[in-house]
Amino acid sequence: MSHNDEIDCSGMSCPLPVVKSKMKIDTMNPGEVLKIITTDPGSCKDIPAWANRVGHEMIEEAEENGKYYFLVKRGE
Amino acid sequence: MAKKKMAIIAAQGSLDWAYPPFILASTAAAMDMEVKIFFTFYGLPLLKPKISAKVTPAANPAMPMKMPFGPKAFQAIDWPIPHAVSGVVPGFDSMATALMKKQFKNKGVATITELREMCLALGVELIACQMTMDVFGFEEKDFVDGVTFAGAAAFLDFAADSDIQLFM
Repeated sequence: MSHNDEIDCSGMSCPLPVVKSKMKIDTMNPGEVLKIITTDPGSCKDIPAWANRVGHEMIEEAEENGKYYFLVKRGE
Repeated sequence: MAKKKMAIIAAQGSLDWAYPPFILASTAAAMDMEVKIFFTFYGLPLLKPKISAKVTPAANPAMPMKMPFGPKAFQAIDWPIPHAVSGVVPGFDSMATALMKKQFKNKGVATITELREMCLALGVELIACQMTMDVFGFEEKDFVDGVTFAGAAAFLDFAADSDIQLFM
C-alpha cells in the first residue's frame, strides 16, 4: 500500500517513536497514510496502542532485517 | 469523547527519577490525553533551564553498574562495587551519572531536556509547587518559560477528575 508521508525513528527508544509519529501525523490530513520505521522492539506494541487510542487506523505492520514498519491511516 | 486526563506528582530530582514523569507525560500527550505534572520538593530543579540531576549508586542498591563502551561481553558485566566505595569515594556519583547518560544516549533515549521540551510542545502543563518554591528559595524566574505555579488544592482539583494519577 502506498503512503503519503514517512518518518524514520530508527535508533530511537521509548517514547520517541510514538511522540515523533504523533507530531508528524498532526501535520497530515485525515485519511492520509503515514509510514513509520522503527528499531525499538517496544514500538511493536506501542505504535498500535497509540494509534488505537487516538483513533488512527493500523493498516499494516511488518518486520524486515531488524526494522519494524507500520502504516497508520490518520483518523479525523 | 472527552479527553482522558493524567495527573503526575514529580517529587524526585535524581537523574533516574527525572525520566519517568517526562516519558509518561509526553507519551500520554501524544495519545491525546490532557496532562499536568506537579513538581514538588526535589522535583522542582527539573524545571530549571539547566538540569544537573545526578544518580547516587550508594542509595540505589539494585542499580546495575555496567560500562557503556567496549566489547559486548565487557558491557554485560555488572560490576560488584561495594557500598563502602560507591558511598564515600569522591566523584563516584559524577562518574556514575556520566556513565548513565552515555548508556541512555547509546540506546537512543532522549535527554531530560529534550523530553521536557517535547512535553511543553505537546501541551503538557508543568506546574511548580508554590509552597516548596518558597521553602527552597526558588523564584519564578529560575524556571523555564511555560512553567505555571500553583498549590496542592489547584492540582488536586485537576487530579480529582483525572483517569490516571501517579506519584513519582
